[in-house]
Amino acid sequence: MTAELVRGQNHVLPQTRLEIRVSAGRPVVAGATLSDEHGKVRGADWVAHPASPGMPGLEVSKQAAADHRLAVDLGALPPGAERVSILLALPFADGAPAAGAGEDPARFGALAAPFVAVTGLDGSEIASYTITDLDAESAVVALELYRRQGAWKVRAVGQGYAGGLAAMLTDQGLSDGPSLATEILDAVARGMARSVAAPPQRTTEADRLRHSAQAAQPAAQEAHSAAAAPSANSARPAATFAPEGHVAQPPSPTSADDGTAPQPPATAPSPEAPAPLAPESQDDPHGQDGLPSQGAPRGQGDRHISHDQDRHDQDRHDQDRLGQPHHPDPQPDRPESQSAAPASTGGPVDYTHPARRAAAPPAAAAAPVAQPAQPGQPAQPVAGDATGWSMEERLYNQVWGMFEDLARTVAAFRSAVDFAESRMEQELDQVLTDPRSRISGQGDAARAAARAKQAKLVEQAREVLDRDLAQLAAEAEVVEPALPPSFASWDNPVWHAYRVPMEPPMALRLGDLRLPESAELRIPMLIRLPLERGLWIDSGRTASSATGSFADGDDLRRLAVDTAVAHAARLLAVYPPGDFAVHVIDPAGAAAGPLTPLRDAGVLAEPPAAGAAGVSEVLARLTRRVDLVQMAVRARATDSLPPDVDTAEQLLIVNDFPHGFDDRAVTQLRYLADEGPAVGVHLMMVADREDAAEYGPVLDPLWRSLLRLTPVPDDHLADPWVGHAWTYEPSLTPPGSQVLGDVLARVADARRAWGR
Amino acid sequence: MSVNMTKGQAISLQKNDGGTLTAVRMGLGWQAAQRRGLFGSRTKEVDLDASAVLFADQQPVDVVFFRHLVSDDGSVRHTGDNLVGGVGQGGDDEAILVDLQRVPVHIDQIVFTVNSFTGQTFQEVQNAFCRLVDETNGQEMSRYTLDGGGQYTAQIMAKVHRTGSGWSMTALGTPANGRTFQDLMPSILPHL
Repeated sequence: MTAELVRGQNHVLPQTRLEIRVSAGRPVVAGATLSDEHGKVRGADWVAHPASPGMPGLEVSKQAAADHRLAVDLGALPPGAERVSILLALPFADGAPAAGAGEDPARFGALAAPFVAVTGLDGSEIASYTITDLDAESAVVALELYRRQGAWKVRAVGQGYAGGLAAMLTDQGLSDGPSLATEILDAVARGMARSVAAPPQRTTEADRLRHSAQAAQPAAQEAHSAAAAPSANSARPAATFAPEGHVAQPPSPTSADDGTAPQPPATAPSPEAPAPLAPESQDDPHGQDGLPSQGAPRGQGDRHISHDQDRHDQDRHDQDRLGQPHHPDPQPDRPESQSAAPASTGGPVDYTHPARRAAAPPAAAAAPVAQPAQPGQPAQPVAGDATGWSMEERLYNQVWGMFEDLARTVAAFRSAVDFAESRMEQELDQVLTDPRSRISGQGDAARAAARAKQAKLVEQAREVLDRDLAQLAAEAEVVEPALPPSFASWDNPVWHAYRVPMEPPMALRLGDLRLPESAELRIPMLIRLPLERGLWIDSGRTASSATGSFADGDDLRRLAVDTAVAHAARLLAVYPPGDFAVHVIDPAGAAAGPLTPLRDAGVLAEPPAAGAAGVSEVLARLTRRVDLVQMAVRARATDSLPPDVDTAEQLLIVNDFPHGFDDRAVTQLRYLADEGPAVGVHLMMVADREDAAEYGPVLDPLWRSLLRLTPVPDDHLADPWVGHAWTYEPSLTPPGSQVLGDVLARVADARRAWGR
Repeated sequence: MSVNMTKGQAISLQKNDGGTLTAVRMGLGWQAAQRRGLFGSRTKEVDLDASAVLFADQQPVDVVFFRHLVSDDGSVRHTGDNLVGGVGQGGDDEAILVDLQRVPVHIDQIVFTVNSFTGQTFQEVQNAFCRLVDETNGQEMSRYTLDGGGQYTAQIMAKVHRTGSGWSMTALGTPANGRTFQDLMPSILPHL
């Protein structure tokens, strides 16, 4: 499996005959220098470049190209060569004519992030590295292949030079760097005539989402500063909520985390750091469910807990920012600080746990991989410790792995407790039926013994459960802050640094799930995108809300619309601008208030449709779209759709169903629910099933086809493994928070900028 | 290297170095039926199934077999049904992995069985074996050769049970008849 390197990380090379593949959005010059054990290039003949492309063991291409393949045979290098540096440079950096119109070509910052990969001769990728964070540099050392104790390794370097090739070569120890650079660029200019055409240019934006998420490390500093900014800028009197129920205290102005924030350990690339790579961490075919990986690490949970608490003081400020306020903050006027968050720093997430900064050695944080467990102690959980091709996928799999583990561990606990109960019942029955027990104290003794047996088993089961829960809680604590926006709850700082994505994410967080056994441990409920079925936000009374404080039906309805708005806003935010359109049917205008954020930001496709006419108009339009797109897909003629058909994903929010719906509209709605998801038209019903009771059972299939969510915590969702009833809690913005509006404003800005 | 156990012999799963065994795998392998003639799909395929029954105080509480691949608690996992066998020479066609550390506290015995789902007796199956492997180091702890074993369609292979703080394994090797583990329950109960 490929190792996705981050800056400074190294990886052992299994063979010496290799190919280095480079791809950049534009033609670049690729070269290589050899250097000896002192890091010095011994002369111009130790540089492979377009003017002199071959040398023993190394060959580069003669011209600038958007894609390169460099053949390397590390065994055939000249004696004394201990290191091979792979260089990339932009042609025309030294005042030569610009290749393309418009942008200044002599900066890597203006291009898509270059991607380099080390592959075997059969093309199998060994390691890859995306060079992010380049700006004014026109030359960059991409990779280094170096020999350490007889073994060759590759290291991701990503060192850029604003001074271009000349500065880079000089830095490598070449006295005549500038002249050599000129020679190289001349050769390139001569070869440019037969240069391969560049692929269509991607914007730098296009790379931000995936690549920067993968190469988390170079971005860590940014993310840190972004994350630290809110608390630094506004020493807010935060009476916030620590998961363990600590009494919240106002943070002192000079808090520990602010002090350490600017120096995330990961940015110090220590060459000898034993930085194992994430993809290799899960070689076992069962992924994270594999027995060995689970069995050994989960040792003594109580030890872990005490460790947590030791850490807690230093943790508290981070939890204020990163931890989830699990209940609505009692202080509605809590000043929110996201307005202070700099929007200009990229969106990437720092995958290191903030509290671990001081505790862990730099190497431990360098890659998302669990350190091998000390015997008798659980492994330290790490975010992204699961299988997957990208960090996003790894986090998704990790969350689902936690979900399954929690379901199963609770199943084990429940079955043990049930068994203990039933055995006790049996034994007590036996005592009753035994005539001898009536005579003396034997009966009492037997009863006491039965009870003691039950208590002992339950206690044992509880011990195991606590151990597992502690492990999962520790994992959740590192995973939660590492989640990208689409997976993160609204109070995660990643939303403050939100930027419009260029690709839709693989999944969306709809809320949190928890079991009664572990009220503090919440599992993000992630569902895959595009949505496979519609959503139904139940504004009716639920089992839990009937007894709870939401006795008022109007409150519930309002909450339901709020929930719908939060979900819709999240969907709008995680899709690239213009790829997701939201329509609203609000026949009586009952949801005008809660819909304000969407309407004010101007992200709705059109104003909410009102009245029976509005309902039928919107439904007719979406029905036509579904029909046309279906036809086009069947005929494989998606490019011949009429221009007025919007190919973006569509979400239809229906409030107050069935108010304003006639039979024809209901039929159309059912058509959209059945046929829509396959062609990108999704339904979000905000409805109380009781309101549509007069339709009788004919609407049951409609309700069943939708994923039911509730605006208040309710235990109606079952997991796919053992079928526990999980309490679902929707993902809502913290009270008083502006994050929703800010995010929507950014979405609207991006749409305008993109002309969509 | 395999420690061949005789019937009824119990071994403790404490390792030599004092650590206890944490994961065991029951493997089952057999050779696919010979192809006959032109219509190869009409061979008499042999389908053997491995199952694990989890007992608490002599009551069956959970079972892992081809229709329920993972015990509810996640500690016992079946790697999937193989209908024809013959994956590799000497390799396991079906396997059940047990993570002993995660087995719920009330489960005190796990019994492994093999059944011939298609009904051939072990006499008719070629190169059939079942074995128990220490999953942590791949060492085989016991192995039975099933073929030529007589007119039986099932075998109760071994049980893993709690002793004190750790686990022990007892080889059973009792032949029986039955299509799935349910048919074997009467034969299993005496061994608990």
